[in-house]
Amino acid sequence: MARLNINGKMRDVQAEPDTPLLWVIREHVGLTGTKYGCGVAQCGACSVHINGEVQRSCSIPLSSVKASDKIVTIEGLSPNASHPVQKAWAAIDVPQCGYCQSGQIMAAAALLAKKPKPTDQDIDAAMTNICRCGTYQRIRTAVHLAAGQGGASSTTGAERQG
Amino acid sequence: MTNTIATKSRKVSRRKFVIGSAAAGGGLALGLHLPFGPDAALAQGEAPEINAWVVVKPDDTCMIRIPRSEMGQGTLTGLAQLVAEELECDWKKVTTDPITPGQNLARKRVWGEMGTGGSRGIRTSQDYVRRAGAAARMMLLQAAADQWKVPVADVTVANGVITHAASKRSIRYGQVAAAAAKVTPPDPKSITLKDPKSWKIAGKPMKRLDTAPKLNGSKVYAIDIKLPGMLCAAIKDCPVYGGKVKSVDEAKIKDMPGVRKVVRVKETAVAVVADTWWRAKVALDALPIEWDLGANASASDATFAEHLKDGLDAEKSNGGWQIGDAPKAIADAAKKVEAVYGTPFLAHATMEPMNATARITADKAEVWAPTQNAEASLAALSEASGLPLAKCEVYRPDLGGGFGRRGGTQDYVHQAVNIAKEFPGVPVKLIWTREEDMAHDFYRPISRCKLTAGLDQDGKLTGLHIRLSGQSINAYLSPSLPVGGPKERQLQGWYQEPGDSQFGYGLPNLQIEYAMRNTHVPVGPWRGVNTNQNAVYLECFIDEVARVAGKDPLEFRRSMMAGLPKHLAVLNAAAEKAGYESPLPPGVHRGIAQFMGYGSYSAAVAEVSVSPQGKLKVHRLVLALNCGHAVNPDQIAAQVEGSVAYGLTATLYGECPVKDGRMTDLNFDRYQIMRLAEMPKVETVIVPTYDFWGGVGEPTICVTAPAVLNAVHAAIGRPVRSLPLRNVKLA
Repeated sequence: MARLNINGKMRDVQAEPDTPLLWVIREHVGLTGTKYGCGVAQCGACSVHINGEVQRSCSIPLSSVKASDKIVTIEGLSPNASHPVQKAWAAIDVPQCGYCQSGQIMAAAALLAKKPKPTDQDIDAAMTNICRCGTYQRIRTAVHLAAGQGGASSTTGAERQG
Repeated sequence: MTNTIATKSRKVSRRKFVIGSAAAGGGLALGLHLPFGPDAALAQGEAPEINAWVVVKPDDTCMIRIPRSEMGQGTLTGLAQLVAEELECDWKKVTTDPITPGQNLARKRVWGEMGTGGSRGIRTSQDYVRRAGAAARMMLLQAAADQWKVPVADVTVANGVITHAASKRSIRYGQVAAAAAKVTPPDPKSITLKDPKSWKIAGKPMKRLDTAPKLNGSKVYAIDIKLPGMLCAAIKDCPVYGGKVKSVDEAKIKDMPGVRKVVRVKETAVAVVADTWWRAKVALDALPIEWDLGANASASDATFAEHLKDGLDAEKSNGGWQIGDAPKAIADAAKKVEAVYGTPFLAHATMEPMNATARITADKAEVWAPTQNAEASLAALSEASGLPLAKCEVYRPDLGGGFGRRGGTQDYVHQAVNIAKEFPGVPVKLIWTREEDMAHDFYRPISRCKLTAGLDQDGKLTGLHIRLSGQSINAYLSPSLPVGGPKERQLQGWYQEPGDSQFGYGLPNLQIEYAMRNTHVPVGPWRGVNTNQNAVYLECFIDEVARVAGKDPLEFRRSMMAGLPKHLAVLNAAAEKAGYESPLPPGVHRGIAQFMGYGSYSAAVAEVSVSPQGKLKVHRLVLALNCGHAVNPDQIAAQVEGSVAYGLTATLYGECPVKDGRMTDLNFDRYQIMRLAEMPKVETVIVPTYDFWGGVGEPTICVTAPAVLNAVHAAIGRPVRSLPLRNVKLA
């Protein structure tokens, strides 16, 4: 039995200690907005926030997560998709298939929490998630838009939930 | 080169084809059903169905039925725009409803074709969906006129509000919908569709209708399906295509957590079923499996290279077409240019891996699957379950990427059904690992191409001879389609006939030949299909020839395009937007390309630089597209941007090496995908001429690679003839 703080709620999960956090979130907690893409921390579809840091949950074993760690998934980023990143994503119509976008949004939110006004170079360095539909150009535009609309001053979901 | 697998697959495909035809309920044989009619005008549920495509609720919500798959390409929104345009409803009140193949079958295929590939989603259904919208509008207006006892010609409609100006009465769609559903549908031939110049909803950059649930994690893809009592399965197919399972030591894993069963799937694969997918995957990894690798275990890139070279050199080909006498013109030419190009196998690597959930009972078979062809999924379900089509149903969540991978083959549906049959009444979700997904794709086929050109004293191209050697998708997947000959899919973009994928230059002497050289590796359509390779071969070679002729690549192209005004117009549009005549910053070089596919005309101008250390940077890509009609300019731009990312990934990194008969690069650490930092600035120029309907999702991908490669040629002073670029030293 492990205890996890996910989106501000304590959850008890029965899973083997080496189960990746991704699959704990998807199969034991039942939140499926966090996606499986590669299982080897390459694609970022499984990105979540742990204590405000963006992390690739497919490569984090359950055993390494403490009950005091604040985990935020896409479902907990904001109520009503009101985070500036989500609003910017809607304004620019970023998603195509949408499968990678939970991870992209979590990565962008973490970037803006650290760098309220990111440069293109900051975006290049932080936004390394794979998108096969090729929404990269719109992601860049939307990150700048979110920064302009106060993505800078907003807290990450982790901080707000905590 | 042995072909056992291809032969086996051909038999399966034929069987599928028969069932697929049956699934069509005779609709294919009878031609397209009208989108509305007495059998279609049945009320469904509480909201009145005006016709099969349009349901109007009392609150004025217009629910538009969508038979095509949505995988990011925006067809769902585009189709809704076309229906809504003719319906004259309030766009803000439009919702969509995905119909299932079972519903389509039960209603004699009233929604027509469901397959979503070949950039056909809008262009091949635009006519009947617009007529359906118009017919619904006419019925709603008639119902209002009947209620007011006035001639229908005297009523007008805007945004779903019907008005009779003379009596200053108005009524909303929702208020007359129930009566409209009883109105005799108009004769489809009597309907005059709007002139696109007067469009208010179609042709406009409307926001996608399906964005909101993609922003908060609430969208349910097939991989996210949860059903009561559901089990999960992980699977391993023999890594060598054509191999089989020899033995499995089930005892080794039977006590592992959550494990329920080991299932042999046909002769080639083994699945482990457990209570969660992760437990199934861990147990499968621990399961000792012995493979009978079969006859192909020694095949490799080296053996394929020999095979393809033989296709280039062989005296006989599988056919093609010609005008004039290219070999003679080249023999008589003042100058001769020759080059051999090549491209590798490529995987689709959709972000959502292959998966399907199946629930099979004695008299009902259900599947939830990401599918580009829901009717093929239904046929696969029927075949694998042994139940008749009428007892089968496929639910089709939107896809996490498609790109051609999830069309007719439905291999993962076959597998899921075979596994679920072992657990009657219990839903089983099969998910492939990324490694399985990379190891068992239907890959973009390999090919090599030898091009030979003759130039006269003035640098004019007098003859061109193209010999293509490569694997045939038709031979592997669709033997009912032409294999070999002038219409072979392998020659896409080089066809003589206008309309779909016409060769883009008028030459006095031209010979195009295809030598089929198949391998044991499964192949299939990959976004843009053979236009990708053929655009690289032709357009990069044209640049080589232009340089030998001492001509500017753009001028050289223009001089051969007099009889091809639409090809020429997009080339000029791209050049103009890119500022082709203007000087570039120091170290930046341009490349240009044009090509035709999927009924649309595309051109691109790339700007790149190559550092002294050989590092390539793609700065900018300008793409021009004439797709005939532009239903949603913003989504067309999104498709163009996406096609650049997909095409540039292939150009820079894409290859699936084969060793010991199997794929070697099984995850994104080796199968590298372009990231945001490498995305060039993409500018899209849409130049619709409104005299045809062309595709959008695929046409522009093929010009990306040759435009970039031609710019690289300009930068380093020598051509790159083999992809991907990561294997080429640019310094």
